[in-house]
Amino acid sequence: MPLPDPQLTPGLEERAARVSLFRKLLKNPVGLIALIFLALLVLSAIFAPLLAPADPNTASLQDVLAPPGGAHPLGADSAGRDVLSRLLFATRFSLAGALLALVVAAVIGVVAGLIAGYFGKWFDSVSSWFAGLLMALPGIVVLLAARAVLGPSMWLSMAIFGVLLSPAFFRLVYASVSAVRNELYVDAARVAGLSDARIIARHILTVVRAPVIIQAAMITGIAIAIQAGLDFLGLGDTTVPSWGSMLNDAFAKIYTNPDLMIWPASAIALTCIALTLLANVMRDELERTAGPVKRRKNRDRAAEAPIVKAAHLSTVGMATISEEERRLALEQPAASEPGEIVHPVVVHPDPEDGGRSSTGNPFGEELLSVRNLAVGYDQPDGSIKVVVNDVSLRVRRGEVHGLIGESGSGKTQTAWSVLRLLPDGGRVIDGSISFEGKDLAHATEKEMTKLRGAKIAYIPQEPMSNLDASFTIGSQLVEPMRVVLGLSKSEATKRALGLLERVGIPNPQRTFDAYPHEVSGGMAQRVLIAGAISCDPDLLIADEPTTALDVTVQAEVLSLLRELQAELNMGVILVTHNFGVVADLCDRVSVMRAGRIVETGPVRSIFAAPEHEYTKALFAAILEEGEPRGELVAARTETAQTEKEGLR
Amino acid sequence: MSELLLDVKDVVVEYPIKGFRKAPFKALKGVSLDIRAGETVGLVGESGSGKTTLGRAVLGLAPVTGGSILYKGADIAHLGRRERRALSSEIQVVFQDPYTSLNPSLTIEQILVEPLTVKNIAAKEASRRVLSLLDQVGLPQSAADRLPREFSGGQRQRIAIARALALEPRLIVCDEPVSALDLSTQARVMDLFKEIQERTGVAYLFVSHDLAVVRNLSHRVAVMYHGEIVEWGDGDQVTARPEHPYTQRLFLAAPVPDPVRQEQRRADRERLLAEQGQQAGAL
Repeated sequence: MPLPDPQLTPGLEERAARVSLFRKLLKNPVGLIALIFLALLVLSAIFAPLLAPADPNTASLQDVLAPPGGAHPLGADSAGRDVLSRLLFATRFSLAGALLALVVAAVIGVVAGLIAGYFGKWFDSVSSWFAGLLMALPGIVVLLAARAVLGPSMWLSMAIFGVLLSPAFFRLVYASVSAVRNELYVDAARVAGLSDARIIARHILTVVRAPVIIQAAMITGIAIAIQAGLDFLGLGDTTVPSWGSMLNDAFAKIYTNPDLMIWPASAIALTCIALTLLANVMRDELERTAGPVKRRKNRDRAAEAPIVKAAHLSTVGMATISEEERRLALEQPAASEPGEIVHPVVVHPDPEDGGRSSTGNPFGEELLSVRNLAVGYDQPDGSIKVVVNDVSLRVRRGEVHGLIGESGSGKTQTAWSVLRLLPDGGRVIDGSISFEGKDLAHATEKEMTKLRGAKIAYIPQEPMSNLDASFTIGSQLVEPMRVVLGLSKSEATKRALGLLERVGIPNPQRTFDAYPHEVSGGMAQRVLIAGAISCDPDLLIADEPTTALDVTVQAEVLSLLRELQAELNMGVILVTHNFGVVADLCDRVSVMRAGRIVETGPVRSIFAAPEHEYTKALFAAILEEGEPRGELVAARTETAQTEKEGLR
Repeated sequence: MSELLLDVKDVVVEYPIKGFRKAPFKALKGVSLDIRAGETVGLVGESGSGKTTLGRAVLGLAPVTGGSILYKGADIAHLGRRERRALSSEIQVVFQDPYTSLNPSLTIEQILVEPLTVKNIAAKEASRRVLSLLDQVGLPQSAADRLPREFSGGQRQRIAIARALALEPRLIVCDEPVSALDLSTQARVMDLFKEIQERTGVAYLFVSHDLAVVRNLSHRVAVMYHGEIVEWGDGDQVTARPEHPYTQRLFLAAPVPDPVRQEQRRADRERLLAEQGQQAGAL
């Protein structure tokens, strides 16, 4: 029997909000207006022969420059042709010309982009080269040359213009495709036996679709403007009415009949504006879907109050904890369900002498004392999502306090709140954090800046992303020391080199001069450790310091941390999910689950006799030193098969 | 002894390096191992050791430039795309990252139906199979019309396993399938792997950096280092009493979740490093 998985929470509000783009556009006022305008434009172009009161090309000497009214609602032009009829037919030809350019550009650009991005190889280099060439060509000059050689055909010049515009699509599609091509789900589809055509249709085109639609609106606008420009210069086809040629005609009479300019000019302007606005609205709407889906849970209105009793908030906190954890929580409904009594934290007593560090020295004075800490994040609907709840812990000088828990247990949030470096929207909503007699929960930002680095140091999880790629490692070590310790540049450099040597970097000078990308992950973590201890901190906060490292490198970094901690007699908060790391380094450990500490005490005591159900469950899941799988016992089907073969 | 399913012989994988006449990067330098039907072969190594590349070579996703990969006696290292596609019902994959191995814009049903459509299975039959697959990996049937982002890491990995099982393959390449998961989730997903193997007799090539995970799941274990297999044999032997110096270092580097024994292991590790350092010095 397969293991049952936790039931999905019923009524998850974030049900796939797969409302079509079109529906979203209708809901956006700007999008709606732009769409209505464009729809009317297209309809009037289609039904021009029915709507037009007269033939657009019939000239009449009596009606030359006739004022609006009567047979000519918008008047007549310099040849006595009906302006309204010409405008309607011009819409037809202008839109059709722009559409032709768009189709040519899109077909060439998208197809070439897909092939180059997906298959790569030689086609990639050749097509990229061509795209660059086309982009470098001055469009108007090419169109003028084409007209000189091929004659004044609007269709031909728009088709050529389409080719010139195709790099816009090519580059867009190429970029999205090469980003998706190496996604694991594309690999999985390939292993599943899908043909390339199918993979492109299913996985690639869906990614490309949205940006191509946005680009199409922009390109259409450009095509309309360019076409009007050509016709206005008199380089277009004089036999078909277009906005540009109307403008040209009206321009000649601008002093006698300036109002003839209004109609073609506003048609061009409004169409281009509508297309650009539509493209913008589409981009906004599509990008909004990519963002996180907002939850709207108003179950706990009390959470709106700035400070609320911690226990009261637990339900809101639970709403965002992973399913796995929810299941574990449900196994023993302790702190998780509203209205339930919150079980007290299981506290293992300290040894009688107050405990000693691994070096055998007794612990020093109390450095950090966190009491009933609650951390919450403001939600868009005004509620607070609580991620840490009623957490109390203390760290003495020379003591390593481990915070262990699974993802979403609030261990990192607790560490960040001590540093007061919670991400946007996060804040301490209850409790106190006292460090050397000062309450960090209510300290000003200025006071915190003084403490960070100098008194409280931090080692992050991802060494590489915590070093700035554009500065050498040396400059990143020297700068904080000059600011915090007030050292001169040469003193700080000397000290940095000494620290790099101390953290076991074989060639300190070379690493000092190197950029972050030139060193390995293990080396980068050593550099960050050197930086953290550079200003002799009293308290070190290490957030999963070895998680991103290989196991042999992890062992080295753990030894280094152990040595430095003993040497500098620091208090340490070590956040980790690895029981081995806790066993290696920590003196005390607090087990966290769903934002609370469930069990705390000296490491040896907890490892020897865990009492809380959750701690026991975690220990049971540990694999180290577990039973090996053993020899392969042929599966039943196999045995049956071999038996059959044996009979033959 | 069950039949030989996969036989990897002296496989070399080279990636070209950009630049004129630069020597290609050798990700695998002649690797050999074999997998029997119904067996789990664990592949341990640190980052850059080539363990993932070997998995990808078996899947036809890495350029094999030397040696051979025999599947049921036929070389599959240099197949064309069409022939490779025919293998999809024999060899499948579960990737490490449950967040990028599922297309975020498709529903779970669409994801699971995908491999079935290749085999021209009718839509109705395919939907029925999807429900049975969800059942096999312990997910509720209501999961079918949801999107991947509505699931936690462990559940997504179950979906990825269901996709791999859809075509009833004989071999699944598992590339760090439990590394991104929490401890308790990891244990349950591993139990699922074992349960499926016992029920269907599928073989696994199980790639992981975690010696404990591999020990728990594998019948035989290969240890990779710098593109080569340095130790290969019985799972218990390799993971508990390793003989190769690198495997010994790897074994002692992993901290034991017990403060008393970890103190001992730390001392053992320091002694081993000193010994190996001396040997290296003597050589």
